[in-house]
Amino acid sequence: MNVFLQNLIPLIIALIGAMIWLAFNALILVYCERKFAGHIQRRPGPFEVGPHGILQPLIDGVKLMGKQLVRPDNADPVLYWLAPILSMLPVLLLYMPIPYGPVLTGMEVNLGLLLILAFSSFNGLAVILAGWASNNKWGVLGAARAVSQTVAYEIPLLLTVLTISFMTGTLNLTEITALQAGHIGHWFIWKQPLAFLVFLIAMFGETNRAPFDLAEAESELTAGFHTEYSSMGFGLFFMAEYGYMVVMCSLCTVLFLGGFHGPIPGVEGWWWMLAKTYGLLFVMIWARWTFPRVRFDQLLNINWKWLLPLATFNLLATALIIKL
Amino acid sequence: MSAYQNLEQMKGDFYTQKFEAGKQDGTLIINLGPQHPSTHGVLRVVVEVDGEYIVRAEPVLGYLHRMHEKMGETQTWGGYIPNMGRVDYGHAMAWNWAYVGAVEKLMGIEVPERAEYLRVIMTEFNRLTSHLLWWGAYILDLGAFTPILYAFEDREMILDILQRPTASRLTYSNFRVGGVQMDMDDKCIELIKAFIPHFRERLPMYRDLVTDNLILRRRIEGVGIMDQDMCRRYGCTGPVVRGAGIPYDLRKDEPYSVYDRFDFDIPTQDSACSAGRYHVRLDEMEQSMRIIEQALEQLDSAEGGHIIKKAPKPAMKPPVGEAYFAVEGGRGKIGVYVVSDGTKVPYRVKLRAPGFSNLSAFAEAATGTILADAIAILGSLDLIIPEIDR
Repeated sequence: MNVFLQNLIPLIIALIGAMIWLAFNALILVYCERKFAGHIQRRPGPFEVGPHGILQPLIDGVKLMGKQLVRPDNADPVLYWLAPILSMLPVLLLYMPIPYGPVLTGMEVNLGLLLILAFSSFNGLAVILAGWASNNKWGVLGAARAVSQTVAYEIPLLLTVLTISFMTGTLNLTEITALQAGHIGHWFIWKQPLAFLVFLIAMFGETNRAPFDLAEAESELTAGFHTEYSSMGFGLFFMAEYGYMVVMCSLCTVLFLGGFHGPIPGVEGWWWMLAKTYGLLFVMIWARWTFPRVRFDQLLNINWKWLLPLATFNLLATALIIKL
Repeated sequence: MSAYQNLEQMKGDFYTQKFEAGKQDGTLIINLGPQHPSTHGVLRVVVEVDGEYIVRAEPVLGYLHRMHEKMGETQTWGGYIPNMGRVDYGHAMAWNWAYVGAVEKLMGIEVPERAEYLRVIMTEFNRLTSHLLWWGAYILDLGAFTPILYAFEDREMILDILQRPTASRLTYSNFRVGGVQMDMDDKCIELIKAFIPHFRERLPMYRDLVTDNLILRRRIEGVGIMDQDMCRRYGCTGPVVRGAGIPYDLRKDEPYSVYDRFDFDIPTQDSACSAGRYHVRLDEMEQSMRIIEQALEQLDSAEGGHIIKKAPKPAMKPPVGEAYFAVEGGRGKIGVYVVSDGTKVPYRVKLRAPGFSNLSAFAEAATGTILADAIAILGSLDLIIPEIDR
């Protein structure tokens, strides 16, 4: 077997694994979100389909797929259908370099961090295409907002990630995780609390989650960029959003919370990674059902006037300390 | 060009064409509504935006026109009462009161004292439900879904109370010319006494949970200034005018019924912005509870104890003449003007809806703000579309 095939087969297996993981996460998160919202809002949440409503996400999926795919008049057919696919596909690649457990990494890449940052920008592109190709003014407004939001929030995100790679001297996520082995004191959150905070806030902006869900603000823009999408067109955007949420929370876990390492020495495993990632995801869900939505200029102000200077200061301080 | 060709040109949407005539270069004309989630029904607002900034805005009515005034001229005097609940589903009681008040004035009917107290209690409860519905919906407009469910929880408790004397939960029509249809039973009084301390605990929780939230404050403070001069020019009333610092409230200024017997305040705010209107409504809920408590205390000492003056005949015929009666509704001054020609059907019914005047000020207040602010302003006016588009 030649080298190409030797590399290809594990990659395909990893991709299939990522697909299953993505679909599984979307199902679980939809359920969690609704259940969690139910508790916050003092209502039962899904309770009808299956015990405690656990089959609800499956039924939702079936319902969503059963709906008619509609394209508005004069919408660009190619771009219109390309957008949801483009939104969904890169998410699969994002899962590849994340070390979920000691032996559970899709693909060992030296530039894993860079790969995630590069491919996560695709979502912005997909959103712009969707909004533009929809032939809908609300869609265009949503797309315009999405551009400025994605561009804005990617910069502090990148700067905080850079601090970690300055400290560790690597862009390989497995190595970054390995450096946090041992006990809870080794996690980078203690060395980089400011970076963690900035990352956490930028994560909300980057994944378009409330209170930063300005691109799809339903009360202002009816639904923003996906106003015209029905059935699985919308479903793919929806899955991609959950996909990005999981990726960002996994990345945050790997960078700041010790990845798959437990809080005491010798305890490690994929379940730690999962617990921490889901802990962060619950923070995102909690924020969504608690806070009102910020205004768009306020959203950009938070980024340009607070997050960016803070992240830059943090990066410079880190560089200075390392140099000294 | 013939008139026919002119008509051909005007085909399509008249309002959009008229609005587009003044369009600037590089702007976008968009429709907020009639199906937009934040227009609370079927209001349409044509907006010209330059990026996110609003250059012009124009509310367009007519998508919910149900001819309430015309219907008043086709039904009997008594038969028209249920229509009033449909005009404003938020504060149906006040509309009922304004109409029966006008007819009573026309016929010179005195209402029994107990009925007056019952009217006050029910109308104030209905004001509470109206403000609760607004509060939840307003926060929903600003992007938070949870508070409306909390508001509905309390609103349901009030609806349980109101259901007993009125037998309905939304579009009430239990006021009759000369009194009210049914009295409050012991269970109803029991529910009221349980509700008031409960709600006194809930109001501070609303403040902690929502009012003091930094995101919400940044969204509403200083947004949508409608100052005293502007309110006067457009004839705004209710929380809008009180939010601008004018303590105008019919319950104090032109006391009707037994309102002069209660000790309560008219909350005002000087900021004239959306936050001012927001705080006025929250404070009004406290005042409504004070009124209810006092009315409940005085209810048993009311003279006579009967709730309706000799029930008028189904086909009553008021004497020839005209009458106008106004009450303070949840959204402002509700006025009903009736003209009788001595038959069993009104000759003319004219409704003065506060929401219509309040909405008129929107175009001016929204100009120059950004799209998200327009939603915050629209929500702060507490619009009920059937009332505006009657």
